[in-house]
Amino acid sequence: MADVILKPTGNFDLTVEAEVVTPDNFAGKTTEEIGKLLVWQGPKEYPLTDFFSVQGNGGNSAEDTTIIVDGDIPRVKRIGQEMTAGRVLIKGSAGMHMGSGMKGGEIIIEGDADSWAGMEMKGGSIHIKGNTKDHLGCAYRGSWKGMSGGRITVDGDAVSQVGGGLTGGEIVIGGSVKHFCGIRINGGLIVVKGNAVRTVGAEMTGGTIVIGGCIERFTPGFEMTGVESDLKFNDIECPGEYKKFTGDYAIPQKGKGTLYVSCENNECL
Amino acid sequence: MVHKNIICPVCGGSCDDVQIDLDTKNRTIDVQNACKMGNAKFQEVVSNHRLLKPTIRENGKVKEVSWDEALEMAADILVNARRPFFFLGSETSCEAQEVGLHIAEYLGGPADSNATICHGPTVMGIQESGMVGATAGQAKNRADMVVYWGVNALESMPRHMSKYGVFPRGYWTKRGRFDRTMVTVDPRVTPTAIASDLHLQLNPNSDYELLSALFTILNGREPHPSVEEITGIPISVMKQTVEMMKESNYVAIYVGLGVSSSYGKHRNIEIALNLVKELNNYTKCNIGALRGHCNVAGFNQLASYLYGYPFGLDFMKGYPRYNPGETTCVDLLREKDVDAAFVMSADLVNHIPADSAKYLAEIPMVCIDIAPCPTTTASDVVLPGVIDAMECDGTFYRLDNVPVYFEPFTDSPFPETKSNEDTLKQLFAKIKARKEA
Ligand code: SF4
Repeated sequence: MADVILKPTGNFDLTVEAEVVTPDNFAGKTTEEIGKLLVWQGPKEYPLTDFFSVQGNGGNSAEDTTIIVDGDIPRVKRIGQEMTAGRVLIKGSAGMHMGSGMKGGEIIIEGDADSWAGMEMKGGSIHIKGNTKDHLGCAYRGSWKGMSGGRITVDGDAVSQVGGGLTGGEIVIGGSVKHFCGIRINGGLIVVKGNAVRTVGAEMTGGTIVIGGCIERFTPGFEMTGVESDLKFNDIECPGEYKKFTGDYAIPQKGKGTLYVSCENNECL
Repeated sequence: MVHKNIICPVCGGSCDDVQIDLDTKNRTIDVQNACKMGNAKFQEVVSNHRLLKPTIRENGKVKEVSWDEALEMAADILVNARRPFFFLGSETSCEAQEVGLHIAEYLGGPADSNATICHGPTVMGIQESGMVGATAGQAKNRADMVVYWGVNALESMPRHMSKYGVFPRGYWTKRGRFDRTMVTVDPRVTPTAIASDLHLQLNPNSDYELLSALFTILNGREPHPSVEEITGIPISVMKQTVEMMKESNYVAIYVGLGVSSSYGKHRNIEIALNLVKELNNYTKCNIGALRGHCNVAGFNQLASYLYGYPFGLDFMKGYPRYNPGETTCVDLLREKDVDAAFVMSADLVNHIPADSAKYLAEIPMVCIDIAPCPTTTASDVVLPGVIDAMECDGTFYRLDNVPVYFEPFTDSPFPETKSNEDTLKQLFAKIKARKEA
C-alpha cells in the first residue's frame, strides 16, 4: 500500500477541477510526476503542485494506491471521478462531483461533501461522514439513469434529488432529506433513517425506498398494500414496523416501485 | 411619421401590430395597439433619462469618455480577467447574443441569460421529458379549453388573452371567448383567475402534488387522500378537471413562473409535460410557457443550436458544458467563481439574490444598457444601448419559439454604433487584438 498525501496550499479563489486526482492516475508515478499532473482553474491548466504539496509515490497499481487529502477542499471538484480501484481519503470537506461516475474503489470524506457526489456511479463505495447537498448519486442533467451500482453512505443529512434515476446500488442516509428523494428510480435501494419533506419516490417505476422518519407531504400516486416489520436488505437492516406502498401510479401502467414508510412516525398515512 | 406593424420589444408576446407616430422635432411618440407595458418602453426612445454617453469609473469617480476609450477599457477588463462571466440579457436581438456567446467561447468564460432566473427550469423540464408544443396561432384557432397555470396573464403578458389565448375568434373557435372554457390554477386570486370559469386555488408550492394527482386520476387510479390537504383542492374537483380536459377538443396549457419557480422547479414542469403527453391519448393537448421578455426564448434557441445547451453554458475547457446549479449565473456569483462580468441588456443586479448581487458589484463589470439602473451604477464601464425593434433590426423568438424579424422605425442615436450587435463586434475585435498580440 502506497500513500500519497496532498496538503492544500494554493489559492482557491476560483474553484479548481481536479479530475486527475484518482488512484488510477497516481499509480506508478513518483511524487514529482504526480505534482506535474494538470488541474483546471478557470480556462487554464496548472500543475497540481500550484495547489497542493505532494508527499509519497503512487503504488504499483490503482488498488494499492491511497490518496489522502489532508485538509478542507470545498472548492476542489471532481476528485475520484471515474476511478476504478484504490482509496481516496479526504480529511475535511470536499467540493462538487466527488467520485462522479466512479466504477470501483473507495472514497471516504470525513467532513461534508458538496452536490453531485457519486453522480452516475457504477461501483465502489463513497462514505460521507458529514452532510451532503443535492443530487447525491443522481443522473446527469437530462439523463434518466443515475447511479447503477456500488454504495453511498451519508452519516448526516442530504438535501434534494437523492438518487434521482437510480437503477441499481444502495444509498443509505443516516439523517434527513428534503424534496424528490428517489425521483424516477427504477431499481436499487434508498434508505433514509430520518425525515423527508415531500415527493418521496415521485415517478418511481421500480426499486425500493425506506423512510424511517416522517414524510411531511406524501406523494399522491401511491397505494398502501400492507404492513411489514424488521426489513432486511442484505446487510442493511431497518428495524420496526413499516407501511408498504406501491407506486408511482402517476406514471402510466407501472407502479412496480416499493415505498416503505415507518408506521410509528407516520400515523396519519 | 406613422409606422405600422412594428414589433413590441417588451414581453414574450412580441406583438407584431404596433402602430407608432414619432415626432422627432417635439420628441414625442404616439403608440397604438400596444399595452401599457409596451407603450412605456416605446416612450424610452424620446425619454430624457436615456444613457447617451459611455462612462467609466476611475478611482471611484464616474466620468464620460469617448466610445473608443470605453471599449478599450471594457476589453482590458475582460481580457485581464481569469474567468470573465457573460450575461447576455434577453432584451436585445439574437444577433447581439450570438456575438456575446462567441466572445465567451473565445475567452473560456461562462455565458448565461435571463432564462436562468425565470423559465430555466421550464427549459430543463423540456430536456427531461420533451414537449408537445404548438404555435400561438394553432392554439388560437383550435383550443376550446385554456389553462393558465401559475401565471397571471392579464398582468404579465397583457395582450396574451386577447391576441392568442381566450378572446380571439379562431377557425374552429368562431365565437371567441364563448367557445372556450378557461381554467386558472393559482394560489392567488388574480385578475386572470377572476376572469376564468374555474379557479383552482391550490396551496403555494403544491403544484407537483396537484399535477401528480391529476396524472394518477388520468391513469384510472385514486390519488392518496392526503393530497387534498396538501394542495387544498378536493379530489372531486381534480376528477372534474381531468374529465373536462378529456372531453375538450383541444386543450392549451400555459405555464408561468408559478410552476417553474415554486418548490420542485423543473420537476413540476417535467410532470406537467408528461401529463400533456398522456392527455394526447384522449384529446389534443399542448403546453407552452408565457415567457417574460421579448427575446428570452431566443437565447435558449440560439445557445441550443450553436452550443447544444439552452442556458448556463461554461466554456472553461474550450467546449461547452452545462450544469444548472454549478454553471448558472446565481450559483457562479454566490460561489464567487468568476472574477469579472459583462452584462448586456438586463438589469442583473436588480434581479438576483442579494449575495450574488453584492459580489457582482464587487468585481469589475462592463454593461450595456439604455437607462440608468442598479447595474449601470455598479458597473465600471457603461456602454449605452441601442433599442432593438425601434432603432435597429434583428430577430426575437416569440413565446412559442417562433422567430420574429423586426425592423426599426428610427436610427441609432449614436454615430459610433448601429446596434448592440455592432457594439459587441467592435468589442470582440479589440479583445482579439489584445489576445493575439
Ligand atoms: S403584450 Fe407584450 S409584446 Fe404585446 S404590447 Fe404588451 S408588452 Fe408588448
